Amino acid sequence: MIPGRFTYHRPASVAEAVGLLSSLGEEARPLAGGHSLIPMMKLRMAQPEHLVDLGRIPGLKGIRQDGNDLVIGAMTTQAEIIASPLLGDKAPILIEAAKVIADPQVRYAGTIGGNVANGDPGNDMPGLMLCLDARYSLVGAGGSRQVAARDFYEAAYFTKLETGEILTELRFAVPATGHGWAYEKLKRKIGDYAVAAAAVTLSMSAGKCTAASIALTNVGQTPLLAADAAKALIGSGADAAAIDAAAGAAMAVADPTTDTRGPVEYRRSVLGVMVRRAIDRAKARAR
Amino acid sequence: MTNEIAKTKLSMTVNGRQYTAEIEPRMLLVHFLREHLSLTGAHIGCDTSHCGACTVDLDGRSVKSCTIFAVQADGSQVTTIEGMAAPDGTLHALQQAFHEHHGLQCGFCTPGMIMRAHRLLQENPRPTDEEIRWGISGNLCRCTGYQNIVKAIRAAADMLASPQRKEAAE
Amino acid sequence: MNAPTPSREERELALKGMGFARRRTEDARFIQGKGNYVDDVKLPGMLQGDFVRSPYGHARIKKIDASKALALPGVKAVLTANDLKPLKLHYMPTLAGDVQAVLADEKVLFANQEVAFVIAEDRYIAADAVELVEVEYEPLPPLVDPFKSMAADAPILREDIQDKLEGAHGRRKHPNHIFEWTVGDGPATDQVFATAPVTVKELISYQRVHPAPLETCACVASMDKIRGELTVWGTFQAPHVVRTVAAILSGIPEHKIRVIAPDIGGGFGNKVGVYPGYVCSIVASIVLGVPVKWVEDRIENLSATAFARDYHMTAELAATTDGKILGLRCHVLADHGAFDACADPSKYPAGFFNIVTGSYDIPTAHLAVDGVYTNKAPGGVAYRCSFRVTEAAYCIERIVDVLARKLNMDPAELRLKNLIQPQQFPYKSALGWEYDSGDYATALNKAMETVGYNALRAEQQQKRDAFKRGETRELMGIGVAFFTEIVGAGPSRNCDILGIAMFDSAEIRVHPTGAAIARFGTKTQGQGHETTYAQIIATETGIPADMIQVEEGDTNTAPYGLGTYGSRSTPVAGAACARAARKIQAKAKKIAAHLLEVGENDLEFDIDRFQVKGLPEKSKTMKEICWAAYNNVPPGMEPGLEAVDYYDPPNMTYPFGAYICVLDIDVDTGSSKIRRFYALDDCGTRINPMIIEGQVHGGLTEAFGIAMGQEIKYDETGNVLGVTLMDYFLPTAVETPFWETDHTVTPSPHHPIGAKGVGESPNVGGVPAFSNAVIDAFAHLGVTHLQMPHDAWRVWKAAEKLGLVR
Repeated sequence: MIPGRFTYHRPASVAEAVGLLSSLGEEARPLAGGHSLIPMMKLRMAQPEHLVDLGRIPGLKGIRQDGNDLVIGAMTTQAEIIASPLLGDKAPILIEAAKVIADPQVRYAGTIGGNVANGDPGNDMPGLMLCLDARYSLVGAGGSRQVAARDFYEAAYFTKLETGEILTELRFAVPATGHGWAYEKLKRKIGDYAVAAAAVTLSMSAGKCTAASIALTNVGQTPLLAADAAKALIGSGADAAAIDAAAGAAMAVADPTTDTRGPVEYRRSVLGVMVRRAIDRAKARAR
Repeated sequence: MTNEIAKTKLSMTVNGRQYTAEIEPRMLLVHFLREHLSLTGAHIGCDTSHCGACTVDLDGRSVKSCTIFAVQADGSQVTTIEGMAAPDGTLHALQQAFHEHHGLQCGFCTPGMIMRAHRLLQENPRPTDEEIRWGISGNLCRCTGYQNIVKAIRAAADMLASPQRKEAAE
Repeated sequence: MNAPTPSREERELALKGMGFARRRTEDARFIQGKGNYVDDVKLPGMLQGDFVRSPYGHARIKKIDASKALALPGVKAVLTANDLKPLKLHYMPTLAGDVQAVLADEKVLFANQEVAFVIAEDRYIAADAVELVEVEYEPLPPLVDPFKSMAADAPILREDIQDKLEGAHGRRKHPNHIFEWTVGDGPATDQVFATAPVTVKELISYQRVHPAPLETCACVASMDKIRGELTVWGTFQAPHVVRTVAAILSGIPEHKIRVIAPDIGGGFGNKVGVYPGYVCSIVASIVLGVPVKWVEDRIENLSATAFARDYHMTAELAATTDGKILGLRCHVLADHGAFDACADPSKYPAGFFNIVTGSYDIPTAHLAVDGVYTNKAPGGVAYRCSFRVTEAAYCIERIVDVLARKLNMDPAELRLKNLIQPQQFPYKSALGWEYDSGDYATALNKAMETVGYNALRAEQQQKRDAFKRGETRELMGIGVAFFTEIVGAGPSRNCDILGIAMFDSAEIRVHPTGAAIARFGTKTQGQGHETTYAQIIATETGIPADMIQVEEGDTNTAPYGLGTYGSRSTPVAGAACARAARKIQAKAKKIAAHLLEVGENDLEFDIDRFQVKGLPEKSKTMKEICWAAYNNVPPGMEPGLEAVDYYDPPNMTYPFGAYICVLDIDVDTGSSKIRRFYALDDCGTRINPMIIEGQVHGGLTEAFGIAMGQEIKYDETGNVLGVTLMDYFLPTAVETPFWETDHTVTPSPHHPIGAKGVGESPNVGGVPAFSNAVIDAFAHLGVTHLQMPHDAWRVWKAAEKLGLVR
């Protein structure tokens, strides 16, 4: 219940932050909302010698439109996402997802940057980022680079983020006007990670599905892009047969583990159900 | 390991009063409140940030004070249960309503529950029962089964929104 | 000129006596964050203790090296079993006649068992020091399956009692066997089963769970060497018992020990027994001469303190073809973990499990319970169980449903056919209890009518047909539970805790200005005693409840009592309260007669005063009488106005209830959605309906958690799983259903105010109602039983096995 000792740093700029992280190396961790890191520190499952608090760095918060992209600062909290009129209008799937993350207090502190960057396969936002084909801006001592979310996740807790880098913002193309969307997450209780979850966006035109994107959460070592599942929808009427095919394709790429939420076969089957229900709701919302 | 414990300075306003201190950066806000400031209203009920018994109001947000280092609250405004009643002792509408509607039994979850309800009613002054339940989903109670807590929060919302109150405030 | 006499209604309102929904006096401090819980206690020079715990479920300790920990600045001491041995404190007696290691001596027997106690200047340093204690273990094969505990090749767990062939309850069949307890008529029962036309049998397991009060266990021990006085603040549901045990263990005379249970953040049976943390803190304080505080964290609480249940019950019913139950036969395998630390009355190693004939008129029955050791945390009796009544009620309510399936009878109809009838009370059950009173059929019929039971069954059938046609993916379940529980332990002839009879006590002292202070041997942990005892006194004495201060928990001032658990406060201390109050009323009457210059027989008591029969305006209020008690008593009478009562109950009390649960199961995910839950409780005379309702809400929420997801599990290597709030299912306000509560009133004939107690009923009746509902959803497909908890994945697996999942 008591964390180990650490030296506390409070940089005033991104440059100062990445400078500290680079020089302190593996023994330093960035502190964003802290609601993944601090619980681990309290259990002494993480014992960094240095914490670099990103909380006072200006310019890392905010939700804005930049051309055809929506841009979200890494330190934007889940609560700020839920309250965003811009996202409510242009990308409501993010709000639906944020609402099923944790609980109100955690959402006031937890940041989208923290949620997407630490590689925890249980986090919800990475799947959304795959679905929306987001790009992450990573800044290190050597400069900045962009990595597609779809390339970012390598294994549980292993991402393309290098020591000394922080994620400063993420961006994705504004979803098409009239798109359908849904995030379907089965959990044991409020606040829990997913037994299985699916994010779906799609577009319909004259009864035909013209575009679709499906991503899966907590059914593998990383979030999964169910490309074949999406393909099964595109060009179809998103009818029962196509939805069956999409669910089947998603279940085929899912690789869940057995844990206290249930055995492998249960989680895989539920994943199929989540995909179906998400497609149904997305289709009903599509204009 | 070095035996020298490096301390960090901080200053924060709690219930309207300014405090300064020099503490280990690893000190959790809940311990700072309970042990340095002797504000023992916030309670500790778990190790994994689930129970919400430690909830306080920090710069207009409900936060679990067991999952924040005190140094992160440097320069912040914190309100705890001890700051909810008026200076003359008049209870806040939520405190009155919890009493009136039997919204507490052992009292251990109550400070965190009231602090969360306080912010909830700022977010949503007239919540439905369903919205109240969702709004307090970060606060566990083992005694009441929540039903009377929901009733109490509804009653407080009505009290706070009532015209007499508004007039008195204006 | 006198002020006009208030009306009787006004006087009743001012009195706030029994039956009134009196708002709670204890609320004031809690709603302002001014409660005084153990971790709020801060004393000058106080140190903090923390445990080094075993990562293994079964292992020998080869070496403990505390040198690095002792070298850390701020660390004052590290205790191990070797430090406690000279004091003979490395083991302590349990309430069940066993001994329990305070600090592991040479071997560890369950994951997270206490191995060393570190004492430091503050909790942060203590936590660092715990990491620095180095312990070398030699793992041993763990035993976590109770069904394998008595195998010939089972590892022997309790080497400390290996040679003891006799346990506290008779012969031990195996080194891992604790006791065998049998009751009832074995041969007669076997005969009934041999000849009965219909029999059913089912293994009904009640999984290991934990009460998880929101406040964990804690204590502050403070030895004052100059006065020779030990003061211990602690999360104690039974403070006097702790004092007596502390005196026996420490050698400090009992009058020099003061135990204070301040505000307690929920108990539910988790805070009855004595834990290693208490003993180590006391020893540390005595040795170091300063106060020592110990506060466990949640993982420690869930993995090492009193768990609940873990009963494997093989139940059988014999019946006629038209559903009259002829006999019950039951065997229980009880998994007690590494030490039998059950908080049971000492003659009842399986608690009051022999209430397992339940609410039914079963003429012949036999019960056998075998308790065994495993490499798990010690305990067994906790969590609103009334001493294993939760297990018994679950057992009988499940096996009755199984019988209903076999007979193709509606479960409610089968119950109505077998319920004990009103004219049979007091009812002597085949397993030895005398039930005091009950009107069962009225309660069940009221429940069924209120929920529209027949219409629900019709709807269920329609929905089953719709499911077959593919029109819905939901199955509807209706669960009925009719429970009788046994509380109010208990009569001295059969109930004792470590030899102390289970009476309870009340002491009331009235002040000159018409106020009073009352102290009790019980200890509230949220049940509202400060409010409700005053209501009893108000009704019985005419002193307004708002003028009565109620105190519990300080052994220096409270009369001796056995504490609060097993719903015993109202039946036992509540009775003492009423009797003490009546002694005061009796004396007050004599004083009133003296003041009014009439004979006692000319007076009648009316709400808050004595008045002359037929001449109500000639009266004396209790306020006037209280003043007179201090200056104008009749000749020969002692001045003052106080009374003490120690109450030895003649019998237990038997609250009962009818619960009905309606739920819909989403077959493809296994999730259950509770549509409706109706709970009718009969706890006899109702002292405060608001508090009763609150108790029922809380108990039902616990039952919901148990039935639908709680579980403390051990894997085959002896690791304990599910001991954080991430995995241990405590429902939030979102999952928790809306509770509909109702009541009937059948007073207890032997209780001074006819009250029975209600705190545990909702857990007793709630679990079978939920479980029966889930299983009922699949009953039409031949399912007779599904093991709890009914979490989504297990329900899904059941559906998948039936071929229902797409």
